[in-house]
Amino acid sequence: MSDQTLKRVDLIFGEYSNEKYKVLATTLARTNEDILKDILESGLRGRGGAGFPTAMKWKFTAEAPGDEKYVVCNADEGEPGTFKDREILLRVPRKVFSGMAICGRVIGATKGLMYLRGEYKFMVPELEKELDIYHEHMKELGLNFQIEIRMGSGAYICGEESALFESMEGGRGEPRNKPPYPTTSGFMKKPTVINNVETFVNVLMIMRLGPDQYKKLGTTDSRGSKVFSVSGDTPIPGIYELELGMPLDRFVEEFGDGDTKAVQVGGASGFCVPRKKFKDTVIGFEGVPTGGSMMIFNSSRSMYNVLHNYLEFFEEESCGQCTPCRVGCQQLLKGIVAVKKGEKKAAYLDQLMKLSESMKITAKCGLGQSVANSFSSIVNNFKEEMIY
Amino acid sequence: MTDCKSLVRELADKYGRERASLLPILQGVVARNKYLSDTCMTDIAKELDLSAAQVYGTATFYSFLDIEPRGEYVVRVCKTITCDMHGKKTIVQTLEDMLKIKVGETTPNKKFTLLETNCLGWCHEGPAMLINDTPYSGLTTEKVHDIISEFIKK
Repeated sequence: MSDQTLKRVDLIFGEYSNEKYKVLATTLARTNEDILKDILESGLRGRGGAGFPTAMKWKFTAEAPGDEKYVVCNADEGEPGTFKDREILLRVPRKVFSGMAICGRVIGATKGLMYLRGEYKFMVPELEKELDIYHEHMKELGLNFQIEIRMGSGAYICGEESALFESMEGGRGEPRNKPPYPTTSGFMKKPTVINNVETFVNVLMIMRLGPDQYKKLGTTDSRGSKVFSVSGDTPIPGIYELELGMPLDRFVEEFGDGDTKAVQVGGASGFCVPRKKFKDTVIGFEGVPTGGSMMIFNSSRSMYNVLHNYLEFFEEESCGQCTPCRVGCQQLLKGIVAVKKGEKKAAYLDQLMKLSESMKITAKCGLGQSVANSFSSIVNNFKEEMIY
Repeated sequence: MTDCKSLVRELADKYGRERASLLPILQGVVARNKYLSDTCMTDIAKELDLSAAQVYGTATFYSFLDIEPRGEYVVRVCKTITCDMHGKKTIVQTLEDMLKIKVGETTPNKKFTLLETNCLGWCHEGPAMLINDTPYSGLTTEKVHDIISEFIKK
């Protein structure tokens, strides 16, 4: 665990360099091998939540056969409690484009696509303006890498990478079977790197600082800083860039309202941590991973209502393609309502728990698999609230 | 409302006639006409050489691609947890009182449609809503009054 636990970091939202696209220009003067080596050395893991090592993703895609490859920026930020990608794109879009361009050069792609959620359409004019500036600079730098924005239309599941490809290809946003993985068969079935908005910015930061300095932030398993979206019962909601690997009790001390009962780490698909476990919980890949969503609940909140809200969310957002998720989400919601009303015995919760465990192993994609995270962590820790 | 055939052709000229052009075209029609009529979806199918079922299948997957008529201003109130905790119900009540419709309905003059939606990404400033593409956050009863009064005048 790091000594300086809650150090505020000013990396991602730090000032641009004086010259536009300066870091990108110096990076492009280096070899692809060199760039990949630095990213590998930095220990960077994807910032969307799953935490796959970024350097490996890029390497696999670079090595995949085929001339047509794509870079996709996943800006379909839909996880409840997450709003960091919007802030990043509003405040430092150039850093995102630079990260994408570096990726394009490394894997040999000439086309980058940014899939932006429909709810963020208001940002498009500003982003397009920035893209014009970007494209002008790329002409000067002699890099053939065009970036285009594609819009989502209000579907949480499209944040799942293969559903996102389906959507960009004009289909229903239904996840594909894996393998094959995007590194060999992504957008248009071509080798594709798909990364979260924040991951691309981190790559640029590694290029600017060098891996050694970047590595000083965070812990062995969770290198670097992370942008957190803090909401709920807190006097200071907002966006905070913090080191990874911090203990949850320190986080609550700083952000809670003094009466914190539980923290939902990682959004509706993440884990609910009750007060008694704050001390032993580390935020990071070695503990509870998060895409950045931190929702704080105080003692006035009913955890039954929280779970009910999450399950309604999942029931609506399930794509309906596979049975465990389609039927499972409905039954979990119906089930907790029945227990609460007294129509079912409290022991029925155990059966529902088994159902959520089945969803975890049988659902086709991350949505259905992760419903069990919030379900079991809330039901286990707040059983009385589910029954009475 | 713009005539569907010419609108679809205009959008196809802009976005292409590939399968991958389908979503931008559907979005373009909804932006202009507020919803996708059956005729419009058939027109798109013809223009892109797809089956009508493929167009319908894609269109009905996305919550922002409406297939029933909507008002000029579509109000979507976020109903996900933090907005719910911070008074979303009062906001919806205020909107229902002002617009004299329930959630899911459109005013008789076709000016407003009131809907609820999942997380809009304004959890730190909830409750929040979208009116067409514009987000409004930190809502209070008074704020909603001011915003909607402005739209009613338009």
